[in-house]
Amino acid sequence: MQHEIASLRELVEELDGSAATAIRSATASATLRDLLDGSVLGGRTAALAGRSVLLATKEQLTTALALIELDGLVRRVVLYPGDLASAYVPEVIARAEVDALVGDAKAPAVGTYGVECFTASEAVVRGANALPSARFRTEWVLLTSATTGAPKLTVHTLQTLSGAISRNPKPRDAVVWSTFYDIRRYGGLQIFLRALFDHASLILSDPAEATGNFLLRAAAAGVTHISGTPTQWRRALMSPVIGHFAPRYVRLSGEIVDQGILDSLRATFPTATIAHAFASTEAGVAFEVRDGRAGFPEEFIRNAQGDVELRVEDGTLRIRSPRTALRYLGGEPLPVREGFIDTRDQVELRDGRYYFVGRLDGVINVGGAKVYPEEVEAVLNRHPRVRMALVKGRRNRITGAIVVADVVAEPASEDNGGSDDALTSELMQLCQRSLAPYKVPAAIRLVPTLDLSNAGKLARTVD
Amino acid sequence: MSVRAAVISQIETVAREKSLKLPPLADDLVLLGSGLDSLSLAILVVRLADQLGYDPFEAGLSEMPITLGDFIRMYERHAA
Repeated sequence: MQHEIASLRELVEELDGSAATAIRSATASATLRDLLDGSVLGGRTAALAGRSVLLATKEQLTTALALIELDGLVRRVVLYPGDLASAYVPEVIARAEVDALVGDAKAPAVGTYGVECFTASEAVVRGANALPSARFRTEWVLLTSATTGAPKLTVHTLQTLSGAISRNPKPRDAVVWSTFYDIRRYGGLQIFLRALFDHASLILSDPAEATGNFLLRAAAAGVTHISGTPTQWRRALMSPVIGHFAPRYVRLSGEIVDQGILDSLRATFPTATIAHAFASTEAGVAFEVRDGRAGFPEEFIRNAQGDVELRVEDGTLRIRSPRTALRYLGGEPLPVREGFIDTRDQVELRDGRYYFVGRLDGVINVGGAKVYPEEVEAVLNRHPRVRMALVKGRRNRITGAIVVADVVAEPASEDNGGSDDALTSELMQLCQRSLAPYKVPAAIRLVPTLDLSNAGKLARTVD
Repeated sequence: MSVRAAVISQIETVAREKSLKLPPLADDLVLLGSGLDSLSLAILVVRLADQLGYDPFEAGLSEMPITLGDFIRMYERHAA
């Protein structure tokens, strides 16, 4: 049993004086040891002790540094991803009982939400601070998308989040971590923590940066370990500069991994370890597969993988482990039975191996972003000629799945003044106006009828 | 319509819908440098599958196309 790390600050304190361990973004970088007598919070860190803090910065680097300062010091820290609409801020503040907001220069915290505001800097200001010691087992709150409206607030602690990370007592060859993910999402946060636990530097991605530039930056920084979704990896493999990058460890998660992407990565990185992991914000990291094949061996179900137990019930994968989330804030309970979290991911057993086939709730995973079909159907149903709409995922090898729609419409007539072509183009425009681009159907098909299930609901099937 | 013409025409449709300004569609154009992102490419592949009746990506290739020329050749090889 390894020594339990009580707070992130403990990991920074372990770094020896010469360590140049750093976190680098596309535009700035910070050396972690500087945090021992410095701060990104302008010396106001102590004023945040014991509070519930919303971290809503533009830059991931600012969030990374502030997190190290705040873990153990505050009661709760809520991570607001850079790509999430700010419209949800008031509801997140209410449900997480936030009483302090931390922004940065590019997304300044403003006083309109009725809570005290702090602005963090990308650079550590030395001598600004001598941190009080950790007093709290801080709750870390991650946001995930929900069927409609505001995101779900999922509660973890450093202990549940770091449960899958084993520490190597002997320093290996130098490790430099990177990830295509935003570190404010579960998959990216795992890599942030892995870097800290490894005393390794971390290279952050930037949504404004072209894939080729990110790969060149990662190569120049000597990145050895890197993670991303299958979609992010396919995009990387389509970059002309991919040949300049030679990581030792390549990790995939966040979407169904097919054999094609594993074979492509093997061909491009012949000597690297290529692993795919199953994890979700609610269930935590469950397992890692390293045999180069899609799916996972049946024996994972029969024999516990360390402290993680897996079960298949009603066709979906269930997980019980110390790494699962503690609860949702201010809403429904976690989908738990007998301590097992239902991932709602459907699996199929073929020849001694389980393969993921889709989601029980019809959620469409477009390159790692989740789309609830009901949200898109609601938009289509707003059109006066639409009687019924069914939105589903269609597989493709670029983003894993993509949204398509079948629509039953009132026939074109002189009264409604429309043609079928005009209708599909109006529906397309309606969706483009109302939905994020990845939620807009790639194809809208007019159909005479849609199947209903015995319960009278739209019959959802995995394509 | 030739496979090449079908690909070019679908790219132009996607670009129009997304208000993208694409550089000239030459064979050496790097797909992901052209303004098309993963989502646009996925839309393109799905629509080409509807129009041409096949998706060469489903054939389990182990190399991803880098340029527009690579992409068109994938479809032409499959058609041949």
